[in-house]
Amino acid sequence: MLIGIDLGSRTVKLAAVRDGILTDFQLSESGFDPHHQALAMLARYQPRRIIATGYGRHLAHKHFADQVITEIKAHALGARHSFPECRTILDVGGQDSKVISLDAAGRVVNFQMNDKCAAGTGRFLEIMAGSLGYGLAEFGEAPFNSYREVEINSMCTVFAESEVISLKNHGSAPADIARAIHLSVVNRLVNMLNRLGMGDSLVFTGGVARNRFMVAALAEKLGMEVLVPEHPDLTGALGAALHAGTLD
Amino acid sequence: MSSANFEIKAYPEMWEELGMDVPRFEKARLMLGEAYSKTYLSQTNRPAKMAYFDEMISEIHGGRVKELLAAKAAGHPVVGTFCVYIPEEIVIAAGGVCVGLCGGSQGSVPDAEKILPRNICPMVKSAFGFKAGRICPYFQAVDFVYGETTCDAKKKTWEILDRLVPTYVMEIPQMKRERDRVLWLAEVKDFQAKVEEVAGKSIFEADLAQAIRVMNEKRRALQRLTGLRGANPAPISGKDALLIEQIAFYDEPVRFAAQVNELCDELAERVAKGEGVSEITAPRVLISGTPMALPNWKVHNLVETAGAVVVGEESCIGTRYFKDLIDENLPGMEAQLGALTDRYMKIDCSCFTPNDERIDQIAKEYRAAKAQGIIHYSLQFCHTYNIEEIKVRELCERENIPYLSIESDYSPEDVGQLQTRIEAFLEQIRG
Repeated sequence: MLIGIDLGSRTVKLAAVRDGILTDFQLSESGFDPHHQALAMLARYQPRRIIATGYGRHLAHKHFADQVITEIKAHALGARHSFPECRTILDVGGQDSKVISLDAAGRVVNFQMNDKCAAGTGRFLEIMAGSLGYGLAEFGEAPFNSYREVEINSMCTVFAESEVISLKNHGSAPADIARAIHLSVVNRLVNMLNRLGMGDSLVFTGGVARNRFMVAALAEKLGMEVLVPEHPDLTGALGAALHAGTLD
Repeated sequence: MSSANFEIKAYPEMWEELGMDVPRFEKARLMLGEAYSKTYLSQTNRPAKMAYFDEMISEIHGGRVKELLAAKAAGHPVVGTFCVYIPEEIVIAAGGVCVGLCGGSQGSVPDAEKILPRNICPMVKSAFGFKAGRICPYFQAVDFVYGETTCDAKKKTWEILDRLVPTYVMEIPQMKRERDRVLWLAEVKDFQAKVEEVAGKSIFEADLAQAIRVMNEKRRALQRLTGLRGANPAPISGKDALLIEQIAFYDEPVRFAAQVNELCDELAERVAKGEGVSEITAPRVLISGTPMALPNWKVHNLVETAGAVVVGEESCIGTRYFKDLIDENLPGMEAQLGALTDRYMKIDCSCFTPNDERIDQIAKEYRAAKAQGIIHYSLQFCHTYNIEEIKVRELCERENIPYLSIESDYSPEDVGQLQTRIEAFLEQIRG
C-alpha cells in the first residue's frame, strides 16, 4: 500500500492506494499540530511508502514521509487519475488558488498561484460565510435563491467583510450578498485562468470544488464544461500516493 | 570559516561618532550575522577563496567604513549612489570612493514608512529608512548622495532625502536617441564638476584613463566569474556569486578585482577537474529582473535550498553592472567622456523605452550560462520591470524556456508561497 498525505492550511488529507486504485481516505482539520494529526491518521496503515504534499510537506518529510512533491504536481497527478485527458486544472484550497497547465502527456508546463493574501481562496469564502451567518454547505446553495443583483468589489478579506456589513445594513438579502461574494471570487479565478489560457474543459479540485454554486458560476462564465472529481479535496493526497507508485 | 565563530564585528565607538542609533544597530548587526551564518556558512563545498568575502561581510560595518573615513580625512570625496548609471570612473579619477548605499532589508522599512507612502518600492523605502533611522554607517559616512531619475519613487524621494543628507540628482533620459545622449553627456559633466568641487581638484586625462582601467579590470573580473558559472557542475553557488556582486558595490575596486580573480583561479581548477557545488543533474536557473541589494538573498536561498543552482543574475546587481567596458586607449578628455557616456547608454534598464536589447541580453545570458529555466524577479511597485516582464515571458514562450515570474518584497511573509512555486518550477524543469 502507498500513502499520499496532503498537509494543507485548513485540513490534512490522506489517500491510500493499492494497484493504482484508491482504497481508503481520511480528512481532518489541521489543528494546531498538523504533524501529530498526520501521525494519528497514519497509525492504522503499514504503507510501503509515504509521499507528502501541501504546506506541511517539509515538516512531514522531516518526521515520517519518504519524499515530498509540491501541491502543483500532486494535483496534476490526481486530476489526471480521474480525467486522463485533462489539460487545465483549477485548485482552490484553503490558502491558495492555483491554475495548472499540462501537456498532452500530463506534465506540468505552466502554473499560476494567487498572491500572498487570502483573496480568492477557500478561507475567503469561509470568512464571508461566517459574516453572513451561513454554514459552509449552505453558503454554496444560497446563491441559487438570489433574485437581485448586488456587487462586492473588494477582494481583500478585510475590506470585503466591511462591504458585506454595509450591504446587510442597506437591507440586501443574504442570498444576494452570498451570490455577489461567489461571483467576485469567480471573476478573480477566471482572470487567473485567462492568463494561462486553456482548452475546452477544466478540472476543478480542492475543497472549494464542493461548492455547487462555484462550479455552476465558473462553467457559465467560462462557457465550458467544469469537471469535478468525486473527492475534489483529496486530489492532492491522491496525486501524492500515485507518485509513490512511480518510484518503484 | 565555521558558522559557530562567525560574527559581524562591532565598532560602537566609531558608530557613536558617526551619529548612529547604536543600540538599534547592535540588534541589526546580530541579526545580519545570524542570517549570514544560516544562509551562507551552512553551504557545503564552498570555494576556499570565499574567505575574503566572508571577511568583507564580517567587516561590513567596521573595516570598510574605517577605510572610507580615512579617505575622507585625507580630503578625498566619498559619494553614495543607488544605481549603476552613476559613473564611478569619475569619482575614482578624482581620488574618491564610490559606495552603493544600503537598501535591501525589511528592518529599515518601518523607519521610512513614518514619512514616505507605504505603497512604493521596498528598495527605495529601505534605503530612505536606513538614513532616517541612522542605522547605516555608509549613509553616515558619505559626503553626499548622487541619485538619479530612473524611477518616480526614487526621483521624488531624493527631494525628501536631501533634508537628511545632501542629495544631488543626475537626470537619466528615458529614451536612447542622439539628443538623449547629448543630455546625458551634459549630466556626466555636471557630475564631474560636483565631484571636482568636493575633491578640491580637477580631473585630468591621465586620472580618467587610470580610473577607466581600474573599473574595466573590476568588470572583467566579474565577467570572468560569470563565465565560469556556465560550467556544469557549477563551481560556485548562485548565493556566493550574488554576494560577490553585492560586495562589488562597496569594496575597494583594485583589491576587489584581485580577490575575484584569485577566486576565479580556484574555480577554473574546479571546472578543469569537473568539480562543483552541486550534482550535475541539479536544475540550472537564470534569475532576471530587479536588483537584489544586500542582504536580500531570499530567492537565491529558496532556489538553492530546493536543490537547484542559480547560474546568473541578469540584473543591476549582476551582469548589467559589468557586461560593458570602456575603450582604454582614447586620447583627450572629450573622447574619454564620450566613450564613457556611450558605455553607460548601453545599460539596458527597464526605465528606458523601448528596451528590447534587454530581452536579447536575457536570451544571450541564458544560453551562455547553460541555464534550464528563467525566474523573473520584480520588486513590488517596480512598474517598469513588472510591465517589461510581459516581454520576458513572451521570450520564454517563444524559445520554450521554462519560466516563473515572482513579485515580492523584503518581508518574509510570502516565503511559504514562494517555496511552493519555486519547487513546482523545479519539478517542471526536472520533468
